[in-house]
Amino acid sequence: MKRKHTYRINPIVVLFFLLTTLSLTGCTSSDKGSNGQVIVYNWGEYIDPDTIRMFEEESGIKVIYDEFETNESMYPKVESGAVAYDIACPSDYMISRMIQNGMLSEINYDKMPNARENIGAQYYEQSRGFDPENKYAIPYCWGTVGILYNKTMVDEPITSWAQLWDEKYADDILMQDSVRDSFMVAEKLNGFSMNTLDPTQLETAKDALIRQKPLVQAYVVDQVRDKMIGGEAAIGVIYSGEAIYTQRENPDLVYVIPEEGTNVWIDSWVILKNAPNKENAEKFIDFMCRADIAVKNFDYITYSTPNVAARELIEDEEIKNSAIAFPDLSQYDNLETYVYLGEEGDSFYNELWKEVKSY
Amino acid sequence: MTSKSKWLSAPYLLWAVVFIIIPLGMIFYYGLTDKTGAFTLDNIIAITTAGHAKALRVSLLLSLISTLVCFLLAYPLAMLLAQMNTRRHNFIILVFILPMWMNFLLRTLAWQTLLEKNGVINHVLSFFHLPALKIINTPAAIVLGMVYNFLPFMILPLYNALSKIDKNVINAAYDLGAGYVYTFIRIILPLSVPGIISGITMVFIPALTTFVISSLLGGGKLLLIGDVIEQEFTRTSNWHLGSGLSMVLMIFIVINMILSAIFDKDGEGSML
Repeated sequence: MKRKHTYRINPIVVLFFLLTTLSLTGCTSSDKGSNGQVIVYNWGEYIDPDTIRMFEEESGIKVIYDEFETNESMYPKVESGAVAYDIACPSDYMISRMIQNGMLSEINYDKMPNARENIGAQYYEQSRGFDPENKYAIPYCWGTVGILYNKTMVDEPITSWAQLWDEKYADDILMQDSVRDSFMVAEKLNGFSMNTLDPTQLETAKDALIRQKPLVQAYVVDQVRDKMIGGEAAIGVIYSGEAIYTQRENPDLVYVIPEEGTNVWIDSWVILKNAPNKENAEKFIDFMCRADIAVKNFDYITYSTPNVAARELIEDEEIKNSAIAFPDLSQYDNLETYVYLGEEGDSFYNELWKEVKSY
Repeated sequence: MTSKSKWLSAPYLLWAVVFIIIPLGMIFYYGLTDKTGAFTLDNIIAITTAGHAKALRVSLLLSLISTLVCFLLAYPLAMLLAQMNTRRHNFIILVFILPMWMNFLLRTLAWQTLLEKNGVINHVLSFFHLPALKIINTPAAIVLGMVYNFLPFMILPLYNALSKIDKNVINAAYDLGAGYVYTFIRIILPLSVPGIISGITMVFIPALTTFVISSLLGGGKLLLIGDVIEQEFTRTSNWHLGSGLSMVLMIFIVINMILSAIFDKDGEGSML
């Protein structure tokens, strides 16, 4: 008798497996466009959805689009290979980490004429800090980290990181919930490099952040935008790309690059080493570098574009020459770009950040 | 009969192996090894470091408070429901379950919008010249979020337990001269213990492990143990430490399960 029902179970199990695998393969093949697919992993709210639709129509390639919130949350997902992404859009220091760990595939510029022609030489130059031979990364957006403040809620112009420690703004300050950006603020406040690994300097920075914590209303990432527009806080640490958008929504907001210096960052398209659809990935990136597409995209996300041809197409002179979107970086001192700190450096920063957050 | 029941359990067994046993095994594997794959207990001992221990203490405290508040809100309601006729209580239960049809994240985000300094509630309060509510980004907002999200999980088991109590038992107590309070303490409360225990479990465990509520309503200023674990997985990509801390949390879940097993047995016995 026993033998009989073990036989009965087996066909059911087999059938179950067959059905699930069949239906899974069925799904993926019917979902593909006529020319296959490309899987893109980008920052949240970092592209004009229309441009994706246009790419799909022109190329017949189906775009599977996924979003991340921080570089640190992007990395383990790409590393684990749970989803076989073709393209990602990390920042400078994360790209150098990915290069070091052999996760990226080399760019073939012959297949991407728009990327070669339209992106300004100075941005490729700047990229050499983390991609020495411009072999892996195609600049997508760049900018600074600064302070956005609501001029109706403060009684003086904000010019310095030190004002984020001023008690009169208690409960009116928004900090970034991201280890590098928060430490950068405290390090610049104390005149240190934002890439320091000196333990005493880092302790000083940590203590400063702990001292600041009672004054902070909240540690947020993307929400800083909505909270500042809504007048929820007076001062917030924000990426320059959000400044134009937030000012459009609330004209009382002002963006400044603090006098102690700040971070200049570049987010770039990279093609992953194990990308299953490498050719489609090249087509996608090149499409995004086309001037008309890049300008449409800039209009939507308002992050500074390194696409010189696209900048020429911006109709609004004020924005085309905006000091926020396209600042003359030579005017500022102490600008730095993040460098990958190595595994030990990273975990040291993370430990200190955890101490701040749990204090 | 046994052959038939084995046959029926096959789909679930498969499910359990793929989605429960294997993931649990992976958590134990990661929790007990370091980056090189060597055996270590460091990931579990890490709970004793100041930051982690504080996060655990705060989580335990907030989830205990939330469970207590849920219980105090839910018990009287469950008693009322149990006394009502079927049509009316079905409607009221529907009202309580209705919000659960909406996504948990959206509901929590809605609370953020409601509680903000310039939020809906404060607009209404200022219209009536009442002082503003200042609980967003405080522990109180986290407790509110927990209570709101997990209250239905307390009401339903309590209601189930209370409605199962034989009315004749209560009437007998009154007949034998027990007052209302005495009947409640000696008859209704003990008979509802299984419901109380499963209600507590169903509120306490998710409250202890949550990380969404604390980051949305707490402004990221209060680190709960769920936040620590989430960050180890998603941000610092230290799966070993994250798994080790998850194993520590499992201890509390196991304690809770043992307690409910003990009390459930008592419950079954007294029901006879």
